Amino acid sequence: MQKKYLRWLVYLAGLIVLLIASVFLSLSIGEMNLGVSDIFRVLREGNDSMEYTILSQIRIPRVLLGIAVGGALSLSGILLQGVYRNPLVEPYTLGISGGASLGVAFAIVFGLHQLVGSFVLPVAGFAGSFLIIFLVYTISSRSGRINIQSMLLTGVMISFIASSSMMLLMATTSSENLHGIVFWIMGSLDEPDMSLIYITLIMAIASLAASYLFVQPLNALRLGEEKAKHLGINTDTTIKLLFLLASLLAGVCVAVAGVIGFVGLIIPHLMRMLVGSDYRILLVSSFLSGSIFLVLSDVIARTFISPNELPIGVITGIVGGIVFLLMMSQSSVNSLKNNG
Amino acid sequence: MMNPSILNIQNLCCGYPKFQLSEINIDISKGSFAGIIGPNGSGKTTLFRAITGTLGIKSGQILLGDKNLWSLSPRLRAQSIAIVSQFIDAGDISVEDYVLMGRIPYHSRFSFFESEEDFSIARKYMEMTDTLRFRDQLMSELSGGEQQLAAIARALAQQPELLLLDEPTSHLDITHQVHILNVLQHLNQEMGLSVLMVIHDLNLASEYCDRLILVDQGKIHVQGSPEEVLTFQNIEDVYKTVVVTQNNPLSGKPAVFLATRKVLKEIEEKLAKPQ
Repeated sequence: MQKKYLRWLVYLAGLIVLLIASVFLSLSIGEMNLGVSDIFRVLREGNDSMEYTILSQIRIPRVLLGIAVGGALSLSGILLQGVYRNPLVEPYTLGISGGASLGVAFAIVFGLHQLVGSFVLPVAGFAGSFLIIFLVYTISSRSGRINIQSMLLTGVMISFIASSSMMLLMATTSSENLHGIVFWIMGSLDEPDMSLIYITLIMAIASLAASYLFVQPLNALRLGEEKAKHLGINTDTTIKLLFLLASLLAGVCVAVAGVIGFVGLIIPHLMRMLVGSDYRILLVSSFLSGSIFLVLSDVIARTFISPNELPIGVITGIVGGIVFLLMMSQSSVNSLKNNG
Repeated sequence: MMNPSILNIQNLCCGYPKFQLSEINIDISKGSFAGIIGPNGSGKTTLFRAITGTLGIKSGQILLGDKNLWSLSPRLRAQSIAIVSQFIDAGDISVEDYVLMGRIPYHSRFSFFESEEDFSIARKYMEMTDTLRFRDQLMSELSGGEQQLAAIARALAQQPELLLLDEPTSHLDITHQVHILNVLQHLNQEMGLSVLMVIHDLNLASEYCDRLILVDQGKIHVQGSPEEVLTFQNIEDVYKTVVVTQNNPLSGKPAVFLATRKVLKEIEEKLAKPQ
């Protein structure tokens, strides 16, 4: 076997082990600490105990949603960065979070969630992000083919409009509604509806599988659009489909878990530094490490000021940002050493 | 007997709203080593982009062998024509991975791993271009000339019938210019690979190409052997520069010598004196 493939196998195995470890950490830590053997015992014995309720009602759903949303946001980020060849693009740059937030703010301000039921919020969030995706896509592909740079600019502009409109709603509504909106925006893995969690998880894994159909075009796009064409890649179709896949994925995540930032930006970067820029290993390792990162962030969010909970978006921003800066300074120190 | 044609361009018209190529007719036979020359802004790159399939054409047709270029799927096109662009810009990709990218046109959507055959093809062309020793280095760590050689290896891994190069020797010193052109000449003569390149340096074009196409203001000014194309009259007409041409004593190919304004003035003064 080629050395390269062997190395990929090692990364993959390492990340899977880390994911399993963080899942067990998340299941065992909380207001009530459980050992790993306790977890197996409680799950085997079944439904009466308090431990079982905590595991099955609170911790397992959160872990599953953490895996799904962390993986999906990170995958969405790496796909968009690949398509745009721009390392600063993340799912939220294109206004997907702005649209979802606007949808949710709209639903809260007009009391739709009280009229119809709480499931309205994720639906409104998804509708909002879908509207934005649709707008960005149609505006930038009017001439038949997509211009990547203008698409990025369109996305950023529409994102501004959406977030300003949301602030307008926030400025004019009651303080109770305001609290609801702000809390939703900060994001949380607390989702009572189990079926929504399963849908998100299945979508995330299916999207990972689907993205592997584009792994050759993504690799060729590393050389630029024109050179990818020279290698026989239909770049227009690739860019369109990957944009839709990545942004719908991010839309679902935001609708279910709120705006959890930085995962889609930082994890792909960290993985590029670690495993290299070949998308065959980059896609799956980004997914896995996004899952690990979010599951661990949720542990911090739940336990830091327990019994209260911190918004997970705050944790991902602060922890992720610091870890990233440390890695960056480390790699620049290394490159200085190598050059000197 | 004439070799069959590899690239046949008939009445091509293409371009942008403010710049058009028109009445382009070119016929390049298999095994040729052809060069496109012409001043900046003459349409060399536009012509190049039309042949590579990145710029749509307005009328006329481009035949590759006996097939219409535009009827070929992008993948089949990439199996027949390989392109080496002027700027490589492959950043953090290792040289071996970069050369292996030349195998992409042969992969199906579902093949995730390169085959042993892919690796041995990549290795063969890295050896041929003397880039095998860099194979674990990143492309960004290579010098301009080495990157150009890696790009040629990548193009060869596509196993094309026609190799197109856009100014492969610009930005390089004379050692690397000659090295790259020698590699191309070797491929052309030993493997029968047809080569078409855009090149600025008229003397290099004359030494290496068996056929030159001189482009000016969106039209072909003249085409033919270096002896037919590189006359002082053609060069003065197109480049608006006074030159003298003389045959290289070693190769017998025409070489172009510049006459600067100062030299011309001195000559004029000398001629004026006796009267």
